[in-house]
Amino acid sequence: MAHQFTISEVCICEAAKVWKDDGEILATGIGLLPRIAVGLAKKLHNPDLMMTDGEAFLIDQPHPLGVGAEPCVDGYMTYSRVFDVLWSGARHAMVTPTQIDKYAHLNISSIGNYAQPKVQLLGVRGFPGNSISHRNSIFIPNHSKKVFVEGSVDMVSSVGFDADDVEPLIGKVITNLGIFDYQGNKNTLRLLSIHSTSSLDEIRDNTGFDFEIFSTDETTNPTKDELDIIRNELDPNNLRSSVIGE
Amino acid sequence: MNKVITTNDFISKLEDGMTIGIGGWGARRKPMSLVREICRSNLKDLTLVSYGGPDIGLLSSCKKIRKLIFGFVSLDLIPLDSHFRNARQSGELPEVVEIDEGMLQWGLRAAGMNLPFLPTRVGIGTDVLKNNPHIKFVESPYDDKEKLVAMPAIKLDVALLHVNESDEKGNTLIFGPDPFFDDLFARAASKTFVSTEKLVDSTSFDKEKVANYNRFERNLVSGIIPDEGGAHPTACNPSYGIDLDHLKEYSKSAKTFDEYQEKYLFVDEATYKKNVGGIKSITSIPLTKF
Repeated sequence: MAHQFTISEVCICEAAKVWKDDGEILATGIGLLPRIAVGLAKKLHNPDLMMTDGEAFLIDQPHPLGVGAEPCVDGYMTYSRVFDVLWSGARHAMVTPTQIDKYAHLNISSIGNYAQPKVQLLGVRGFPGNSISHRNSIFIPNHSKKVFVEGSVDMVSSVGFDADDVEPLIGKVITNLGIFDYQGNKNTLRLLSIHSTSSLDEIRDNTGFDFEIFSTDETTNPTKDELDIIRNELDPNNLRSSVIGE
Repeated sequence: MNKVITTNDFISKLEDGMTIGIGGWGARRKPMSLVREICRSNLKDLTLVSYGGPDIGLLSSCKKIRKLIFGFVSLDLIPLDSHFRNARQSGELPEVVEIDEGMLQWGLRAAGMNLPFLPTRVGIGTDVLKNNPHIKFVESPYDDKEKLVAMPAIKLDVALLHVNESDEKGNTLIFGPDPFFDDLFARAASKTFVSTEKLVDSTSFDKEKVANYNRFERNLVSGIIPDEGGAHPTACNPSYGIDLDHLKEYSKSAKTFDEYQEKYLFVDEATYKKNVGGIKSITSIPLTKF
């Protein structure tokens, strides 16, 4: 019998797979869905992953979100240590930029004219260093031309494929419409699968630049195992339902 | 040497145009009472260096900042700081040096090591370097000849930090889970002023505690300001967490700042504490879960 699931759950299950073959590295999921995805990756795909409590410690097992559980601490990971780890390359993060372009530049700094931005965001944080040091996957809850911009992002916060001497390591790009990577010809964005609720036309209409099509298959459905872990262990209060409007 | 001073003494040591580094991170262990004293003062045209939180927001809305050197400004539980956003979006913040948070660490470390710069790859291929043409490249003198960013030293006139305990000589203990980069701020600065939850007799320090929690030497410390609750509304583990309700009120006040100023800044620090519910209510704020 077919089981019911949401696009958030599809995204979490696909996102978790990005850490499958990473070995013993630090996995960082920034934002709610990526964070649940790291937990699922650790439980299901790669038990060797190191993950943090979001403050200063490594935890042995992901703890359920929003229920005040005390995680089981087994290591120390201050910001200073995070910098040391990330510069060594032993990390794979999943991030949600406000803008992304055809060169895989990400922007979390500001929108509009830099001198007096229309919208001031967070600031570049660690994106320049992350993008030059380790693999980053991307989660976009609101796939649109505002995010996948025509031309360049407004403030280039990370290295892109147009740089001379360096190249970013981009993993998967997981959105509310489909799954992509940047492994098309000359590192073009490439469509890998389309979620059951979306279509190629919808993706085209909502992407501000050309992309290659590797496959238009439907994204893999979550398994019962995956859903059980997400629903019963990682996010029992269904906080994930607020991330993607569905 | 007894380094305990009053907040008036502290303000009298600062001057217009100084470069001031603020320890902590986002909404965690910020020396907020010292920041509020700067807001209450006539000081102006400051260069601020911070892993920014409400310290930067408040100083922006009080128009104390001429130049801001930062990697981000965030309230942690509320991702963006409305005061800082206002300042940027209205064009009222005259100059920003926006760099990667690791470049900020490198700049402070270079200053503390008395070096002109430290090399790094961080920043290459991004607008950080386009927007900051004063940051130059350097070529590796070794066979690799790699082109690297020469992150310049960020020298501070003053560093402001908040700690859990200090004795009157400036032997400090930070019990929070992450000491952040407070040690580097202290080393990068000509003078460091420290507000402390508790002023203690250092004969009570035990070796193990000191080994784990004394993050920098007392010779770096110029003044100690005893101030329980001094990090409010930011967290000071293990005594109290982030005051989310206050941060919400603070966030709303970006548009109607007068009311907030009236209640919290045009009054002295003792009245501030009373107006946020008293020290007991501050120290009963549960520790923040991230």
